[in-house]
Formats: sequence, C-alpha cells, structure tokens
Amino acid sequence: MTDYEPVIGLEIHVQLATRTKMFCGCELSFGDPPNVHTCPVCLGLPGALPVLNARSVHHGVMIGLALECEIAERSLFHRKNYFYPDQAKNYQISQYDVPLCRGGRLADVRIHRVHLEEDAAKLVHVGESGRIHGSSRSVVDFNRGGTPLVEIVTEPDFHSAEQAHEWLSLLRTTLKQLGVSDAKMEEGSLRCDANVSVRPAGSTALGTKTELKNMNSFRFVERGIRAEIERQIALLQAGGEVEQETLHFDPGSGRLTSLRSKEEAHDYRYFPEPDLVPLVVDAEMLEAVRAELPELPAARAARFERELGLSAERARELAFRSELGDYFELVLAANGADPVSVANWIPQLVERIGSETDPAQSRVAPGALAALVAMVSAKEVGREAAREVLTRLVADGGDPQEIVQAEGLGAMSADDGGVAELVDRAIAADPDAADKVRAGNTNAVGPLVGYVMRESKGRADGGEVRRLILARLIDRI
Amino acid sequence: MTESDSRVRRLDHPVSTLIDLTAAEAAELVRAGDLDPAELFEAYRSRAAADELNAFTWVADGPPAPAPSRDAPLGGVPLAVKDLFCTEGVPSQAGSRILEGYRPPYTATVVAKLTGAGAPLLGKTNQDEFAMGSSNENSGFGPVLNPWDRSRVPGGSSGGSAAAVAAGLAPWAIGTDTGGSIRQPAAMCGIVGLKPTYGACSRYGMIAFASSLDQAGPLTRNVTDAALLLRHMVGHDRRDSTSIEFPGEIELPRSEDLAGIHLGVPEELAGDGVAPGVLESFNATLRLAEGLGAVIEPCRLPHAPHALSAYYVIAPAEASANLARFDGVRYGLRIEADELTEMYSRTRAAGFGAEVKRRIMLGTYALSSGYYDAYYGTAQKVRTKIAEDFKDAFTRFDFIVTPTSPWTAFELGSKTADPYAMYLNDFCTVPMPLAGIPAISIPSGLSDGLPVGFQLAGPAFSENRLLSAAHALEGAIGFDGSGPMTGAGAEVSP
Repeated sequence: MTDYEPVIGLEIHVQLATRTKMFCGCELSFGDPPNVHTCPVCLGLPGALPVLNARSVHHGVMIGLALECEIAERSLFHRKNYFYPDQAKNYQISQYDVPLCRGGRLADVRIHRVHLEEDAAKLVHVGESGRIHGSSRSVVDFNRGGTPLVEIVTEPDFHSAEQAHEWLSLLRTTLKQLGVSDAKMEEGSLRCDANVSVRPAGSTALGTKTELKNMNSFRFVERGIRAEIERQIALLQAGGEVEQETLHFDPGSGRLTSLRSKEEAHDYRYFPEPDLVPLVVDAEMLEAVRAELPELPAARAARFERELGLSAERARELAFRSELGDYFELVLAANGADPVSVANWIPQLVERIGSETDPAQSRVAPGALAALVAMVSAKEVGREAAREVLTRLVADGGDPQEIVQAEGLGAMSADDGGVAELVDRAIAADPDAADKVRAGNTNAVGPLVGYVMRESKGRADGGEVRRLILARLIDRI
Repeated sequence: MTESDSRVRRLDHPVSTLIDLTAAEAAELVRAGDLDPAELFEAYRSRAAADELNAFTWVADGPPAPAPSRDAPLGGVPLAVKDLFCTEGVPSQAGSRILEGYRPPYTATVVAKLTGAGAPLLGKTNQDEFAMGSSNENSGFGPVLNPWDRSRVPGGSSGGSAAAVAAGLAPWAIGTDTGGSIRQPAAMCGIVGLKPTYGACSRYGMIAFASSLDQAGPLTRNVTDAALLLRHMVGHDRRDSTSIEFPGEIELPRSEDLAGIHLGVPEELAGDGVAPGVLESFNATLRLAEGLGAVIEPCRLPHAPHALSAYYVIAPAEASANLARFDGVRYGLRIEADELTEMYSRTRAAGFGAEVKRRIMLGTYALSSGYYDAYYGTAQKVRTKIAEDFKDAFTRFDFIVTPTSPWTAFELGSKTADPYAMYLNDFCTVPMPLAGIPAISIPSGLSDGLPVGFQLAGPAFSENRLLSAAHALEGAIGFDGSGPMTGAGAEVSP
C-alpha cells in the first residue's frame, strides 16, 4: 500500500490589540453589549469613509519584522467584494497583490506573506443550535466589525498535524511577546484555517488541497487536520479523488462537512480601495519599530542555550512559553542560582500548577524557588524533600527555609549516625539485594537506597546513601 | 459690451427684490446690518417651498435654529444642498428610492463647514439617482424641469441644484461632479459651476458614486459667489484620507482682463460633435478673451477621445462596490423574503432605477476575474495617459478651454432610450475629473434661447487663477441670467 505524505499550509488571522478599530475611532471590546461600539464608518452608512489606524500599521510592521519578512515601502489596500450581513459595506478592506509584508520565516516554517485587513462583524443566529441551519433569524453585532486583523499565510511547510500545533503555539508566544495581540483562540483573537493535501511519499507534486475553516482551539486544529489527512488518504486508497472544497470541522462529532465546492467559490472582484491612499512605511518608521522589538522566543532559546548552558530542548521549553521564560529569568535574578539547576526545577513547578497557569500568578515567589534551588545545591535539603517543599509552596506559598525547619525536612548529613543506622536497617531488611551487591551487581543497590530515602523522608542525599551502602557491602569482602 | 448691455443685471441697480441680490451681495448687506437674515431666509424658503420645477426633494419648514451669527462670513445666505450630501436628521436619499426617507445620524463635512460659516440649510435638491446621469431624468423622485424651458432637462446629475439657482429658488447651491455633474447642469441652466481639484474638498458624508472622481463644488449665479462658497468648502478633513489642505486661501476674484494668459483649445474636444450654436458661442467667447489680452492657440489632448470609455469602466466599477451597502440589512428599503439572497435581490431590484442597475452590472463585469486587466486595468492606463496629456498642455497653456456640453438643454425624454447618446453629453467634462484637475463652467450666451456653457480647466490647485480668469471673461460676456428667475417660485415683494 502506498505511503502518503501530508502537506499543510496555515492561514492565521490575528486580531490586533489596538485601542480603536482599523478604520474608525470606535473602541475595541470583548463581551460588551451588542452594537455599542459603532459609528457611521463601521456601520457602513452612506457617505462614511475609512481612515487607517496608524497603530494597526505599527503592529503589522512589528509582526512582519518578527517573522523576518520584507516590509513593503508602499503597499495597497483593496476592496474584496462579497455580500454577507457581517460585512457592513458588502466589501472588506484588505490587502491583495501588494501586501505589507512578504517572505519570512518562523522557526522551520517559511512565511509567504503578512497583510492587514478589517474583521467582519459577528452574526448571531437566533435558535437552539446557534448555527445558521435551523435558526429562525440572524442578528448582527457590529462591535467586532472593523477590528484590525493581520493575516499570516505560511508556505506549505508542515507535514503533520502535531507540527502545525507546535508551531502555532510558538507563533502565539511570539505575538504575545510582541504585545500586538491577546492571541486567544477561544476568544477568536487568533483564528486558524488550514490548507491540507496529501501526496504519495517521495512525490514532489502537490495533491489537490482542501481548506479547513475556523478551527477555534489548538487542539481542534490538530484534530481537524489529522481527520482531514485520514479522510484524504482513505479516499485515495479506495481509488477516489480529493475534491477542492472548503470544509468545516465539527469537534463534537469529529466530522468534516463541506461548506462550498470549487464551483461555488467567490469571485471577489478585488480592486484598489479608492478611499485610501497607498500605505507608505518609511525607513524612519521601520527603524522605530525595529528598536521596539523585544527578544523573540527563538532568539531567547538560543541565548539560554549559549549563555546559560541549557540543553536545546530545555531552552526551547522555557523560551517558547514566554511566561515560563520570564519566570525563569526572575528566579535567576533573585539570588544568582545555577541556571541549569533552576531550569530543571521549572517543569516541576509547571507539573504542580498546571500547564495553563502563568507561574508568576502562582503562590511560589521567584525568590522562594531561588532559595529552594540554592538549598538543594548546598545539600541543605535533599532532592526528594525539596520536591515536597515545592508542593507546599504551590499550595500555601511561604519561605522554603521555614518550611524545611518546621517540617523537619532538612538534609541528613552522611556523617550523621542516623544515615548509617538507616543503611544498616536497609541491608537487614533486604538481604537478597545486599547479597547481589556483594556479588558485584552494583545495580542491585537501588532498592536499598530507596529504603533509606523512604525512611528518611527524602532528607538523606541519594548519592551519599548509595556511596555509603556500596562502601559497607563491598569493602567487607 | 454694448450689444449685451441691455441683458446685464447691473449690480448698482436699486435693490427691487431680495432675490435680485447675488449671494455675496446679500452676505455683505447682512454683515453690514442692512439686511435681516431671517427675512432673506424666509424669502427663499417660501420660493423653494412653492417650487414648480421639482428641484427640491426637501425644504426647511422654518428658519434655521440656532440663527447664524450676523457676522458669520457667509452672512446667513441660505444654501441648497444636493440630496446626496448627508444632513443629520434631514432626508438624504441621493435621488434613490432605495434610500427613501433615510435621515442620516451625521452631517457631511462640507455641509457642516458651510453652515458653520453662516450658510444655513435651505433644502435638499433633486438629482440623478446616485449622481448617475446627465439629464436628471434618472431621479427616483421624478425629473427636474429646466427653468429656461420647462419641456427640457436641466442637465445632471446636480440638476436640482442648478435649476434652483437659475430659477432664483436658492441664492446658491452645492453639488458634486464625477464626470461633469456640476459643470454640465450649470451650463444648461445658465449659471456658474466649479469642480475643484480632487481632494480639495472633503468627501466625508457624500453618498459615493465613484470615489476616485467625486468632488463637491459650488453652483452659483456668478463667479464671485462661487469663489466665496468655495473658500469655505476646501480644506483637509481627517475623516477623508484623500483630502488635502488647500495651498493658501480662495480669494474673491478681481481680475478684469486676461493679459498674457495662454488658452489652449483642444481640437479633440472643441470641434466634431459639438452643436453649431454651441460652437458659435464658444468661438465668440474666444474672441472676447482675445480682446481681454489672452493668447489663444490650438492644442492637443491626444487621449481625450478615450476619456469617455475609460470613465464608463472606472466609475461603474467603483460604483458597483460603493452601492453594495444598499442591501436592505441596516437602513433604507427592505423587501422581505424567506432567504437572505432573495431579500437582497428583491430589495435592490425594487430600490434601484434602470441606469443604476446598468452601471452596477457594467462595473461588476469590468472587475470580474478574467476581465479585470482588459477593462479596469486598461481604463486606468488610459486615465494616466489623459493626466499626462493635461500635464504636457499646462507646460504651454495656463488653461484649456472647451464648450462645457456639446449641446444645449435637450427635450425631456429625447435621449432616455439611448444610453450612449446620453453618455456623449459628458464628452467635454469627463477628462478633467479623470486627471483630478479643477474646471469651471460659466455661461457664455444663448443659443436658440438656451444657455451655453464655456469651460476652463487648469492644473491641480489652480482654483484662484481659474476663478480670476473666469471672472474677467464673465465681465466681458455680460450674460443675463435673470430670465428664468420669475415665475418658478413664489414672488417676493420688495
């Protein structure tokens, strides 16, 4: 049976976090009562004209620079014509053949283009399902109409649903770090469409693609793409052909339903928007935006690796979730603890607070984690005991030193008679293991060390314990 | 000037009625405290309310509140405004049934500037639907009659504004010009009409026909009134990205001669196809200009004959998008239906007139995938060529002069069956908006009792020089436009 290789490209719409809309002075809002943020311009009243929001251009340029695009000195807005009640003018002001940014790259994915456009209003279908089918009527909320958007189009550089998911989280982090968008998929400030095709492995020609619309969470993007890849492969293996169409992924049923076929595709009749002048980004503006660019995740990961000695994997883990990277650097700043040790403790913290929580919002102050890591390094507290301290910090906050003292979790020194006594007890409790070690099988020392650690409630140092046991058993022979 | 002296309405005559005053004269009297602006307003209001020409679609029902200040620069002289300018709380229908009864929540920048300068809103004037037409017969609210001969059209699309001023139903008016919609009706009604440089006046609040061509401008009894009104219309508007600050101020013209002025007469626009009576008046005006010291030479605008074709691709293309918003969803007419597309279809079928539908179809076709380059792309190239022609011509000439319209006012209904013949009306006026340059039409005389217009076009932002030259010529021509001012509305006692 033929093996198939998926080829995927993404189109991402990002709502820009400007104060006002793209072509009028109405404030942006989320969750306000319907139609309170409207004016003649965003309602498409007769005679109203658009005026470009300078801040949206700033944000667009910033995204373009962050994605290493070429920024057009002069770009154009076009009208994209189609009738639908969510588009007040029945055309969308967008960019077409002369976009703001071209080319570029984020990690291993090439960017085709980035352009500015206005968002549509929100249609609310009155009826049980909330979807258009079966609704008795529809009403329009124009609060969202005219929100500035950036559309990012990638090259078809993805070859799995997982890769698309991972890259999207990197993109989200980058956007949040730039401060240009909330980038929340659940609230619609980040939306993703995917173009999916498959081809026989080894082939370079592209198969017929389908477009998956508006998947509104990272998980749904991954599941939708996976479902579509499976559907296409099954279709081809059964001797069928993929039809070019636009599909909707229903996360509830896992089903893909056709929205429109190629024949039903719109002719948008693009032409240059005569109400706006060409958008000029001069060298001065470009330099000003470039100077504002924060350190981006990819650069931060490289710095963590190069300057702090983190492994590539750990560096990306911290840098690609900016809140982890930020917290990590706060901990380092608190007392100059060893970066690699601190970095190894961050996943422990994430495991305890949940991967959706920003550690800065947890009860663990960066200084507390710094102190804990320092105590471990100084062998004032054992690793196991330190994990227990961290659990308590997450639950109640506080100072690790005090927790250690109050709970008696301080490290037992190897010179301490208590550890020696525990070693004796371990050997007595598991003579089989002791015999194996005596016979030269040092791997059998594990259960003995485990016994001591358990009995000491993690206060003993594992390495020390191992050394003590080996010395005791092997030296006797 | 001896021959025409009898027809000159002399400014130093004793004032017999208020409506004999030009707008600038009336404004001066008000500002000097010699005329009550409320009395002036009511004189025009009652005439406009008794309009028999169908020039108005709405007339104020009382004096403006608050009353304009007596020292306001425009002196409380009431203003007629083309229907397509949005005026808050007042019907603004752009001559279309699809906007019947529509009262916008805001006022167009140009109207707000003029009322702010002391020209209160007298009424809204009839027009071709969405400014698409050259005869005012495309109005959803019935045709306007030409006050010189009520069996004839007033021209269009600003036909209501032109007829109202010519008939003394309004002291002055504003209109819009896309391909000649101010200049051509001004010519056919025997008044002055100026289309400013593109961007000189804000388009905010003007219900759009073709965004890259539309410009607001004055329609007045004489050149001085046009200058005074224009002075308070121009300026950058932060709500219109295509508007530009006018370099300097619009001055009231004083010039009495054309010494050293070079006038270019393009053979493409001032020969074939122009009616003999119109050509005769045009040539007579050229001789007057020579008498004032002007140097007159033929010139070439090689691409001008293609202007009409380019215009009838570009303007409908832009209109097809501009008019998409009239869909029955948010305002205006809605014909209910079970399905959305059916509602769109029924609403637009019922609300738009035949000419508007024709242009939406033309524009939609011209922008369609596979045809864009051949139509819209080519038309834009022609547009560039036309602008270059003018630029070349203005290196040798101060102004290009042509007849405004190839014909005088024609009989109502005589061209409605032949859209192409109707489009030819705009032959001499379409090249200037394509090039974005200003042009003025002044009355040059009568042909068979009907007014003829003489057009001067200048480089971008040459309005002051254009008004000066037009003022000098106006004095030499001595046109008497008072004929139609009796009988069209209620008489006013002195």
